[in-house]
Amino acid sequence: MTKDYLFEIGTEEMPAHVVSRSVKQLADRTRKFLKENGLKFKDIKTYSTPRRLTILVEDLAEKQKDIDKVKKGPAKKIAQDADGNWTKAAQGFARGQGMTPDDIYFQEFKGTEYAYVHVKKEGKKASDILLGMSNIIKAMTFPTKMRWDSNDFEFVRPIHWLVSLFGSDVIPVKILDITAGRKTQGHRFLGDSVVLANADDYEDALKDQFVIVDADERKDMIVHQMNDLVKKNNWKIKPDKNLLEEVTNLVEYPTVFAGSFDKKYLKMPKEVLITSMKDNQRYFEVYDQDDNLINHFIAVRNGNKDYLDNVISGNEKVLVARLDDAQFFYDEDCKYPLSHFVDRLQNVSFHDKIGSMADKMKRVRIIGDFLAKHWKLQDQVVKDFDRASELYKFDLVTQMVGEFSELQGVMGMYYARFAGENEEVSVAIKEHYMPATSEGPLPETTVGSLLSVADKLDTIITFFGAGMIPTSSNDPYALRRNAYGIVRILLNQKWSLPFNEALPEMVDLLKGKTPAKLPKAGTQDEEIASFIRDRIKQYLQKNKFKYDIIDAVLASSQQDPIQILAAANVLQLHHDDDKFTPVVESLTRIDNILKKAKFKGQAKVDKSLFENNSENELYAGVENLQDVVDLADLYEGFVQLQPVIDQYFDTNMIMDKDEKIRNNRLAQLSNVSELADRLGDLSKLVIK
Amino acid sequence: MAEKKLNIQDMIMKLEKFWSSKGCMIMPSYDVEKGAGTMSPYTFLRAVGPEPWAACYVEPSRRPADGRYGKNPNRLYQHHQFQVVIKPAPEDIQQYYLDSLRVLGIEPLEHDIRFVEDNWENPSMGCAGVGWEVWLDGMEVSQFTYFQVVGELDVKPTMSEITYGIERLASYIQDVNSVFDLVWGNGVLYRDIFKEPEYEHSKYAFEESNQDNLLKLFDLYEATAKRLLSQNLVHPAYDYILKCSHTFNLLDARGAVSVTERAGYLSRIRDLAHQVAVSFVEEREKRGFPLLKNAKNKKAGLEND
Repeated sequence: MTKDYLFEIGTEEMPAHVVSRSVKQLADRTRKFLKENGLKFKDIKTYSTPRRLTILVEDLAEKQKDIDKVKKGPAKKIAQDADGNWTKAAQGFARGQGMTPDDIYFQEFKGTEYAYVHVKKEGKKASDILLGMSNIIKAMTFPTKMRWDSNDFEFVRPIHWLVSLFGSDVIPVKILDITAGRKTQGHRFLGDSVVLANADDYEDALKDQFVIVDADERKDMIVHQMNDLVKKNNWKIKPDKNLLEEVTNLVEYPTVFAGSFDKKYLKMPKEVLITSMKDNQRYFEVYDQDDNLINHFIAVRNGNKDYLDNVISGNEKVLVARLDDAQFFYDEDCKYPLSHFVDRLQNVSFHDKIGSMADKMKRVRIIGDFLAKHWKLQDQVVKDFDRASELYKFDLVTQMVGEFSELQGVMGMYYARFAGENEEVSVAIKEHYMPATSEGPLPETTVGSLLSVADKLDTIITFFGAGMIPTSSNDPYALRRNAYGIVRILLNQKWSLPFNEALPEMVDLLKGKTPAKLPKAGTQDEEIASFIRDRIKQYLQKNKFKYDIIDAVLASSQQDPIQILAAANVLQLHHDDDKFTPVVESLTRIDNILKKAKFKGQAKVDKSLFENNSENELYAGVENLQDVVDLADLYEGFVQLQPVIDQYFDTNMIMDKDEKIRNNRLAQLSNVSELADRLGDLSKLVIK
Repeated sequence: MAEKKLNIQDMIMKLEKFWSSKGCMIMPSYDVEKGAGTMSPYTFLRAVGPEPWAACYVEPSRRPADGRYGKNPNRLYQHHQFQVVIKPAPEDIQQYYLDSLRVLGIEPLEHDIRFVEDNWENPSMGCAGVGWEVWLDGMEVSQFTYFQVVGELDVKPTMSEITYGIERLASYIQDVNSVFDLVWGNGVLYRDIFKEPEYEHSKYAFEESNQDNLLKLFDLYEATAKRLLSQNLVHPAYDYILKCSHTFNLLDARGAVSVTERAGYLSRIRDLAHQVAVSFVEEREKRGFPLLKNAKNKKAGLEND
């Protein structure tokens, strides 16, 4: 026999962001609890609102299975000591079966006496087991918990009631001084409390009390009502998924409405308006058919349509007050030249142990200039970069960013434009924060990309210099994300940068130009290079390269992300070719011999020491490949060279007794090896 | 909305009457400058220790950095909070709060009232709590908090704090767009009382304050607070801590505090706040926690009746 079991935890209003995941947690814990207790059930449904976390266990068995079995234990001589006392083994055996040693009897089995117990237990009733639901409440975790009254017990918000119904029977689960019953609460204002006869009455009974307990149904209601409004007014919306989720969990009974504001505010940057609406008020912004932001908004009320005009005018008033505030900040900020803000950056700390923002900007300029030269960027790009580097953090001290920190960069762009800076400089100020998340959009402009890379490199260099190096679990300054951003931008712009060479040069250029501590040459700059190489690995993994290819390309001496990616692409492309295995085998054979011979000598080959044609052929082949730039061509070259290499091995004894000849041959092989290294450490490849 | 619009002083009186009926003492505003009603000794000090406490009061709250020379319709150098603190927090405190809105003529069914998560923190006083901002048709009109930690001490039993933003709520009730248009009482407008002070205080905070003197004052107040703490003079020590806090706010408004220094000042104030909280509990304990005894006697008395 089975019945449905309803369990509801009624609380004061929970934070919107914990509702969905907490009810899932409740379901998961219950599932585990029922399984551990051998209670069968079909499924668990979840319901949630800001004031309740509820599960409905469908078709829950009324009791555990009965047990009636004979269990064999240790031999008698192990179960009892010389004096006939129960040993630990015997006690453990009995306990393991939920019995005591007194229940043990002996019986012969193949000539030896063994301990036995007859386990006969009626399955426990679900109604008894379910009393343990209180432990599930106690075990639940939340991002923030609180105490209330004089209790030590913590939960996300104070618990006010519990409903626990197995079919039509109350299971009186207890927590603190609350005992579960059959009474639940309707909507705070529109509904009344309601007594449930049956677990299955839950959804409908609460609907009558203006509570839509099914979160998906609530969300659908919101979406439908929004779409109706949008259609009616010929608007467009781009509903933010997270906001929709949040709004769904802020209400028990949703009614969607639209409001408007004075068009004059539309003169401000649209990001300011959207932030005011979305982040502060949880409104959805509205667009016309041409994607222009317009002076309306859509919001959701926790209630029905009664007195909706009050609610609309109240919300409009609040928004206007916020927009007025933003307008004040905007007008104030626009009164000053950019230099007014830039000057104040000397007093804005980048980090206590590193120095001011002004100082950071100076370093970033040096780094960026170095990179621009390295990449031979156009003069105009360098000019724009230099200008941007003088300005780019200025919006941190504007009033608008002081109020809405999420607008950093964006306001910088608008204010720079307003001050007459050119478009490249203005956009770079915004773009230097990109990518803002590891897979977020990249800067689109050259100047923005350069500024972003220089800014992030400076961050990494100075944090490493100050000894604040991320550990595997702790990266408070998001240096990994910064490094990953650098890798992505370099690849996107096809900017080659061998970190092992470039880092020491950059650090050298910074010497004497900054009070910040710089990384120690030879140790810390290598740590940084390896830190960045790990991000290249992350990139390759993310882009589904085979693991052995990733290992191979990263084990080469190559440090330039562009070259590493190119090598990975070539290896991935040819991985399944017929020729791939012989080529890799021949090339790794060379490496193995070099390793064995510990050859570190001159790689200059003396042709006069050649004894046969195979040596000439290999020499010519290597010479041909020496100037190949494209790694795809290099691979093709190796495919051609492979029979030549094999023939070389067949014809020549590498470890010749004559040291001159031996070294000459090793030199010849090491030339091949150096070429192969451009593709990676091929011995890491797993070949068939 | 009510037929005749409530003026501010009627609003205050109604709230006082309501909360008094729920067992609160009506306290006067405390006479040292402070940034929020929480910093009144009637909240901060009374939050710590085991003694029960229930009080309500109007608190002028000075936030120099929010000064707008009386030009912004909603931002003020000094606004007013109506503060309600009850320890232990009654089980039905949310319902009490909603009832108090009804007393002000705000019928929940005619509006959209929401409890939106807002966990409150005041790092400079070592305080943290869990709670909400209460939205009335999208406007934050109150802050509702269950104190968990005050002066870096666990608050046990938990104290509930409700802070009504008087100007916000009154703007809603009187349906005005600028706080300066509010009627305070008997026909006198908010502007008639506060317009000039707003301008002058903003002028002082942003232009005329003397940084060097403020820095000296901060040090002096801090040293005084420390000396008084060492003599167990809890209440005067607390007054000087409030002065430290306000002086810091003045320095901050002037942009005289860098990010790094900021952390330093905040931690100096926090240390003092912690010490005074500890001393307060010790001193009350020496006296046998009188309010705890009161409550027990009252309860025993009731049971004997």
